[in-house]
Amino acid sequence: MKYMLLIWNRPGFVEELSEPERNAIFGEVDEIMKELTESGELVGGQALADPSQTRTVRAVGGRAEITDGPFMESKEQFAGYLMVDCESPERAAEIAASWPDVRRGVGVLEVRPVMDEAGTEM
Amino acid sequence: MTAADHAVGDLLRTLAPQVLAVLVRRHGQFYACEDAVQEALLAAAVQWPEQGLPEHPRSWLVTVATRRLTDAWRSERARRDREVAVALREPGYAAVAPPADEQPPAGDDTLTLLFLCCHPALTVPAQVALTLRAVGGLSTAQIARAYLVPEATMSQRIRRAKRRIEATGARFVLPSAADRDDRLGAVLHVLYLVFNEGYTASSGPDLHRAELTGEAIRLARELRRLLPDDGEVGGLLALMLLTDAHRAARTGPTGELVPLAEQDRSRWDRAAIEEGIALVTEALTWSPPGPYQVQAAIAAVHAEAPSAAETDWPQIVALYRLLARIAPNPMVTLNQAAAVAMVDGPRAGLALLAPLDADERTAGHHRLAAVRAHLLELAGDGAAARTAYLAAARGTTSLPERRYLEVRAARLAADR
Repeated sequence: MKYMLLIWNRPGFVEELSEPERNAIFGEVDEIMKELTESGELVGGQALADPSQTRTVRAVGGRAEITDGPFMESKEQFAGYLMVDCESPERAAEIAASWPDVRRGVGVLEVRPVMDEAGTEM
Repeated sequence: MTAADHAVGDLLRTLAPQVLAVLVRRHGQFYACEDAVQEALLAAAVQWPEQGLPEHPRSWLVTVATRRLTDAWRSERARRDREVAVALREPGYAAVAPPADEQPPAGDDTLTLLFLCCHPALTVPAQVALTLRAVGGLSTAQIARAYLVPEATMSQRIRRAKRRIEATGARFVLPSAADRDDRLGAVLHVLYLVFNEGYTASSGPDLHRAELTGEAIRLARELRRLLPDDGEVGGLLALMLLTDAHRAARTGPTGELVPLAEQDRSRWDRAAIEEGIALVTEALTWSPPGPYQVQAAIAAVHAEAPSAAETDWPQIVALYRLLARIAPNPMVTLNQAAAVAMVDGPRAGLALLAPLDADERTAGHHRLAAVRAHLLELAGDGAAARTAYLAAARGTTSLPERRYLEVRAARLAADR
């Protein structure tokens, strides 16, 4: 089963950390990516640019209107995702719990099952 | 792909486990042998369609794979710059002694390989991947495409599975009599999962996945040839054939799922049905009934009915009772409830569902909500049925299932 792990955190929190703390976080991420690669669970993942570079597109009066800035004004913003293919929802949650943003309380991860094209007739 | 490519591909996949078995017997080292066989298969897939089949295809593969294996040993030795630790055996003997390799090996080799790939130390996804590669002879790229993951991910999964098997110290022998039933259960489960992965994907854009059904049926046939005295093996093959017979009828023109009751039965594959019925009927005459045989028997009763209404529902209810006794599982109760509703009315079916709300394996499961919705609809309670259909639609992670459930809910809303 594939799960997308959506990473939400406070933009800019990394800059407020000391250099050793920053390095520790990067090291932890490398460690997790290595583990997931070796276990054959990693499907993919991307980090997103700072929310200040976001443009939001919505229909206004039947036309697409483009505004600068994210869709939601909230303290935590969508920062990137991991896609994993693993055996159980518990394993997906375990991977999410190991992510540094969660361990340090600076962000949350949403674990969401990815829809499958396959299905059984009922 | 030309017909010649296909013929070569089929031959290679039949030979793959045999060649691997020869190498593992001679050299041990499952990990390295499996890599070497994959390389030999790739070489053959390129050369044979162009240059024609070698006179002794199996010996050709054994020779090439052995050469790759010794090459790998040499380069590893060079890399580590260590003293000779392995006595390199020149592959020359393969060239002078082909007849031994040309003898179809005892089927036990393929069987041993299947047991090894479904080793209990592996996770189920790892068992599946390794079985498809080492026994099925599929390439990592093909398996990755079928399971919709990057090739690197699948390659890593296979590598790790092979390493784990080596780490257990498992030898290339059949499991002991004490372990045999459990180990065979794991093999059957893996083949069943491969089949389902392909069958459920037979609609939509995932044609690569659909090929998995053919591969699962091929491996199940091979397994039945090797174990003709095991009723469950025949039962599993029958279940696959009887299920796959619905393929053309199970989806509508735009890929939407068509429930069994509404399928155009003239589009069912009669040849597959006849073979499946013959297999399960034969198995049940001498074998103690196991879960695969009983599920196949249920599928056979459906297959023999000219329409949903003319189905022998009392027979199906009796078979589900038997299944619930030999393999108790709330998912069986779920199907049993749907069948009971056809005999004793929807309220009787709904009563059977009630305890499943308290079972953590089914509570909140979209299948429970879907069956309940269906029975509520039959009972004429449109509002409750609609709520249950929508709950099921929220619970499923399958796009076609969600679409089907939302359509059923929308029809009930329109009726009001």
